[in-house]
Amino acid sequence: MLKIENLQARIEEKEILKGINLDIKPGEIHAIMGPNGSGKSTLASVLAGREDYEVTGGSVDFMGKDLLEMAPEDRAKEGLFLAFQYPVEIPGVSTTNFIKAAVNEKRKYQGLEALDAAQFLKIMKEKMKMVEINQSLLSRTLNEGFSGGEKKRNEIFQMAMLEPKLAILDETDSGLDIDALRIVANGVNQLRSKDNAFLVVTHYQRLLDYIVPDFVHVLYNGRIVRSGTKELALELEEKGYDFIKAEVEAANA
Amino acid sequence: MDATTILKNAFDKQNSNSTKLGAFHAENWNNFSAWGLPAIKHEEWKYTRIRNVFNDKMIVNNASGLDAAGVQQYLLPGQLAKNAIVFINGVFDASLSSIAEAEGTLVVKPLATAAEDEDAEFVKTNLGHSQRYHQDGINALNAAFAAGGVYIKVKKGKKVEHPVVIYHITDASVGFIFSQPRVLVNAEQASEVIILETYKKIGNDDSLTNEVIEICAAQDSIVNYIKIQDEGKGANHTGTTHIRQLAKCVTHAVTLTLSGNIVRNNLNMVMEAANSESHMYGLYLLNGETLADNHTIVDNQQPNCLSNELYKGIMDEKSTGVFNGKIFVRQDAQKTNAYQSNKNILIGDSASANTKPQLEIFADDVKCSHGCTIGKLDQDAMFYLKARGISEQNARALLLHAFAVDILDQIKDEEIRTYADQLISARLSYHF
Repeated sequence: MLKIENLQARIEEKEILKGINLDIKPGEIHAIMGPNGSGKSTLASVLAGREDYEVTGGSVDFMGKDLLEMAPEDRAKEGLFLAFQYPVEIPGVSTTNFIKAAVNEKRKYQGLEALDAAQFLKIMKEKMKMVEINQSLLSRTLNEGFSGGEKKRNEIFQMAMLEPKLAILDETDSGLDIDALRIVANGVNQLRSKDNAFLVVTHYQRLLDYIVPDFVHVLYNGRIVRSGTKELALELEEKGYDFIKAEVEAANA
Repeated sequence: MDATTILKNAFDKQNSNSTKLGAFHAENWNNFSAWGLPAIKHEEWKYTRIRNVFNDKMIVNNASGLDAAGVQQYLLPGQLAKNAIVFINGVFDASLSSIAEAEGTLVVKPLATAAEDEDAEFVKTNLGHSQRYHQDGINALNAAFAAGGVYIKVKKGKKVEHPVVIYHITDASVGFIFSQPRVLVNAEQASEVIILETYKKIGNDDSLTNEVIEICAAQDSIVNYIKIQDEGKGANHTGTTHIRQLAKCVTHAVTLTLSGNIVRNNLNMVMEAANSESHMYGLYLLNGETLADNHTIVDNQQPNCLSNELYKGIMDEKSTGVFNGKIFVRQDAQKTNAYQSNKNILIGDSASANTKPQLEIFADDVKCSHGCTIGKLDQDAMFYLKARGISEQNARALLLHAFAVDILDQIKDEEIRTYADQLISARLSYHF
């Protein structure tokens, strides 16, 4: 589904991604872990098409298409979704109108009819239940004055509405208490199917207790330095990132 | 014939058949002759080359062939057509106007009539008050032709049920039309009224509308004023809205400018009484080569007043937005709360915004704030919307509409707000 080869990217003059390789197949959940500043969020942003980053090398194939050639909105319509680490507050834009616009643009792209108000409402109710979000939140303007947990739940709700092929969760667990974490994870687990995939970017192992990954990768200094199964996450939790750093430095020495 | 000769001829022609307003006309014609049209070296007209709009093809006070059926198509639907005051080429036309409101509530008559009947004293005292704030040829020129204006009285203790809508129709199908509407509003004690002004140019030639509306709000009255300009290319406008608070009352103004060539709006809130409240909101949503220049004045003269002001501008293509907001707090106006804010978004690479707050405070116990911003669309917000699959164009429409909605929400009347929202949404291709 997603094949990243030797991906390199920088922001201004700073090299951040120094050659990432990753292969994600339908039905899989991959976790990317790593210390602060290792390039985790950059990877998520580059995949979603944020223009602040310049891709300096490598390729990304998304379901047979060159992802890096696509505008951010087309990536989304092709089925890529980024749950933001810091969802943006947009005063004056109604959450419901925003989601309706997004859903209908995607449908148009797929050659489907736009949903009318009743159909949209029906689907919305269903998904609201799934991610345990209530109407009062959706009646407000987009993320304005939402708590950290509310913003993250809104991200997961949008994901549920858009039904992406590949969802990238960028530190969705940061700033969440244990209840919110459980709700977010439940949402993801319910959306999981053999046809879609998830890339979960996180600093802590905690989220992976709830969203169990098939593969865990450790990102350090712009490269994936270790890959393994969910046990790797537990090892990191136990030993901290220092042992990875030490290993890498020993190898480079 | 040059513009001055054209105006002089028109003045000579009308002054002869006017009586009570004759002295007012003559005085103002003299002022106009002395002051002339403002050049851009005039500080208040720095960005607005109004002189260039006056030309040797101008037609003044030309009658139009429009009849009632012709006018009907330009009226807004529903209750906005109930109290319709119609001006054709700057002259109030009673036969084309229709007032649904009972005469015990709302009186509408030619200004020239009011100058001679039981309202003569009011007219004499209040007509021309705005000139104290605008000593320039533009204001004086309008005053020299005031007889074609309208007088509106909202009677004591009455609430006007439907908005009073002033339709300014300019028929520029025979040439460049210069029109000069004049309005005097008397909102008596404890009355309540919503006044909407709209402008429509028909025909292919250009036009200039030079308007003065003076509103006097008496004790405990509530006056809501809305001005919507969407006359399209080729329409020029210089307008003064002068609102006097004669005693404790609440006045509220919303000014929307969506199109035109050169558009100048003066808005004055003269707060002459203690414990009053005034609100001024404006939106200029510009494209093409439109220049919209909003000059506002709040004059706080007495203690314990609140004035609140928010103007927002969106400039696309080669358009120019100008905001100049003056706040006077006179020595007696202790405990004044005066707030002002102007926010601009530039979209077009050749668009520009000029903003200037001017505070002159002579009292020592006041709370005043002002702020202005000029920026681009928030790129983080744009990316967030695009990352959800929303196209660049729709993302922009969503954000700009959200920016404008603060001002739209200030229009309390639902039908007027809906109408304004339709205009704005159409312009932004906002369809959500």
